[in-house]
Amino acid sequence: MNRLCFMRPVALLIVIGLAIAACSPATTSPSGSPAASGGQLGGTVSVLASWGGAEQDSFLAMVKPFEDQTGVKVQYEGTRDLNAILTTRVQGGNPPDVAGLPGPGQMAQFAKSGKLIDLANVLDMTAMKAQYPDAFIKLAQVDGKQVGIFIKSALKGPIWYNPKQFTAKGYAIPKTWDELSALSKKIADSGTTPWCIGLESGAASGWPGTDWIEDIVLRQSGPDVYDQWWQGKTKWSSPQIKNAFQTWGTIVADPKMVLGGKSAMVATAFGDSGNPMFTNPPKCFLHHQASFITDFFTKANPSLKAGEDFNFFMTPDIDPKYAGSVTGAGDLFGMFKDTPQSRALMKYLTTPAAQAIWVKRGGALSANKQVTDYPDKISADSAKALTAAQVFRFDASDLMPDAMNTAFWKAVLDYVNDPTKLDSILTSLDKVQADSYK
Amino acid sequence: MIDRIPQVAAALVVPVAALLGYIVVAEWLLGRLPAGARPRIRPWIWIGPALAFVGFFLIAPAIQTIFLSLKDATSTNFIGLDNFVAVLTDSNVHLAIRNNLFWWIAFFTSFVLIDGLVIAVLADRVRYESLAKSLIFLPQAISFVAAGTIWKFIYSYQPPGVEQTGTLNALLVLFGGEPRPWIQDAPLNNLLLIIVGVWAWAGFATVILSASLKGVPVELLEAARLDGASEPMVFREIIFPLLLPTITVVATTLVIFALKAFDVVYVMTNGNFDTEVLANRMYKEMFTVRNYGRASAVAVLLLTGIVPVLIFNLRRFREQEAIR
Repeated sequence: MNRLCFMRPVALLIVIGLAIAACSPATTSPSGSPAASGGQLGGTVSVLASWGGAEQDSFLAMVKPFEDQTGVKVQYEGTRDLNAILTTRVQGGNPPDVAGLPGPGQMAQFAKSGKLIDLANVLDMTAMKAQYPDAFIKLAQVDGKQVGIFIKSALKGPIWYNPKQFTAKGYAIPKTWDELSALSKKIADSGTTPWCIGLESGAASGWPGTDWIEDIVLRQSGPDVYDQWWQGKTKWSSPQIKNAFQTWGTIVADPKMVLGGKSAMVATAFGDSGNPMFTNPPKCFLHHQASFITDFFTKANPSLKAGEDFNFFMTPDIDPKYAGSVTGAGDLFGMFKDTPQSRALMKYLTTPAAQAIWVKRGGALSANKQVTDYPDKISADSAKALTAAQVFRFDASDLMPDAMNTAFWKAVLDYVNDPTKLDSILTSLDKVQADSYK
Repeated sequence: MIDRIPQVAAALVVPVAALLGYIVVAEWLLGRLPAGARPRIRPWIWIGPALAFVGFFLIAPAIQTIFLSLKDATSTNFIGLDNFVAVLTDSNVHLAIRNNLFWWIAFFTSFVLIDGLVIAVLADRVRYESLAKSLIFLPQAISFVAAGTIWKFIYSYQPPGVEQTGTLNALLVLFGGEPRPWIQDAPLNNLLLIIVGVWAWAGFATVILSASLKGVPVELLEAARLDGASEPMVFREIIFPLLLPTITVVATTLVIFALKAFDVVYVMTNGNFDTEVLANRMYKEMFTVRNYGRASAVAVLLLTGIVPVLIFNLRRFREQEAIR
């Protein structure tokens, strides 16, 4: 008798479980009825991307006019773990119509397995080539097919500072790496740590450090070494890459250089780490981070004014031979299902009008050269630095295979934790390199 | 939502109807067999659906995983034991094995058991027992991902001089200490992650051990006390031996959980700072690196670790059944 009583809730649970399992496939119903009333397209388009919070709001604001014009409903789904979710859904035969791609490396893998639709038949490629920088168009091509397109971009390598504090202390903007080192030393000698660095970013912890290394490699050893490096043809233990780590080490391995030392670097979330620049007195003066960080600054300190309270200079040149080199990144979009709605959305997202919406809300640069309507001088300057660069290179870690990229993140954390282990860290990166470029 | 009601209804009705139909048809067929054969065949008919379920959802995927572990990253060519060689020579995997065996199995299992036993025995002696046990059991209702996130806030760190947002560091600073990067500092961080697991699992051990404690005959305890046994002696000589079978079952369950530990680690450190565990390694190989062969090899490794524990657990269970 007793046993039967026990079984009843269990049986009920099983039935409920079955019911839920039976429901779930229905959540991603294919785009509904096409032509709706009034000549509008109607229907829905599902979008998967990595944005949450403020960035998600900006994306939704960006597609709002599209929804109004076409009557197509955009079903947005944001995930912090885009790579895993997208892979599983593509593999399971249930991809979103349109998705943000984690990076050119992952894009190539999806493209090679034939999952991404060639956008040459969707977009007007002659117009695209006129509106986009050449590098951005080429980065989204795999085997001659245009499988992705950038809908926003970011400038990597700006160093942020607080102009008021800089003037008060009489610090000058460094023009060369040596001047930057001298400035860091001067600030450290005055009793304040010059740098604020935060490497924590959940499962992707370490990436802010990879940006540093990339900036240094490009400026120190030039674009050829940079390209061979992300292509897996230059070893990590080669003198150039080791030198880049050691150059970064002049900052991160010195407890007097970074607020809170190594503990703070590995434990502070990247988005919060620049905030001590804005306390009075400031706890640090310099912060190296991509252009989107302005959004984090103003969210955490609403009173800050772009240009007055924070401004940037580019990570200075190291070897004069490679002067004017800049790294950047961006958000790629690809199409997994060819429906009228997803075609319409892709076309819309590449327009200057659409990209200008996000740009105006802050935290993003446009990938489209025709967008010139920036909300403040900082964004305009960032965009100019990106498009006017003499040598432009895409974020190397995003171009590496996933295994290499994640090993790079981890290596950055390991290096900061114990700089004396550099050689063994580089050897283990060599091992991953030998294994992951196949 | 409304348009899914027919689907939900169908999902509720169809499996039940199918099972009923199966039983009716099978019994009808059985009725046509000679009477002597029926008792031998009938149990198989009744256990059939369950076996099919387990076979389809558990055994088939397990065999599939073993096959995949012998194939390359994209599961196209057989490459023999290469995946196992790669996995077993990977220093990250060595670290994961150390953490699973040393930190998780040793500390997680013993902490949860000791916690559960102490709370069960102490709660047995107070009037507000059910309240105390409910409170201890409460975290069990929280998912591990949520538990990890909550504790990440507790352990959160800001540089000295900046306002501390983590509970632990705020307290530390309040009493004049220096803030510490709790979850970044190896090797202590392993223990701090395990505490999250203990917090979430102590209730499980408490409830089961407490139930078993109620089964200890009061007369036995009374007799021992009358004979002059002290309370620690009563616990050591009577309660503990009688609870031992239950403790073993709980312990093996915990060991299996310790081997599978994933959520807390993934959420709090993602295996950085020397906290890697095997399940997280498998997740990374599978979803970050997309190397199905190696992910499967880690899974097989994990399985071979868990199977002996399972067998032990089943043996104990059978022994107990035999005594009964």
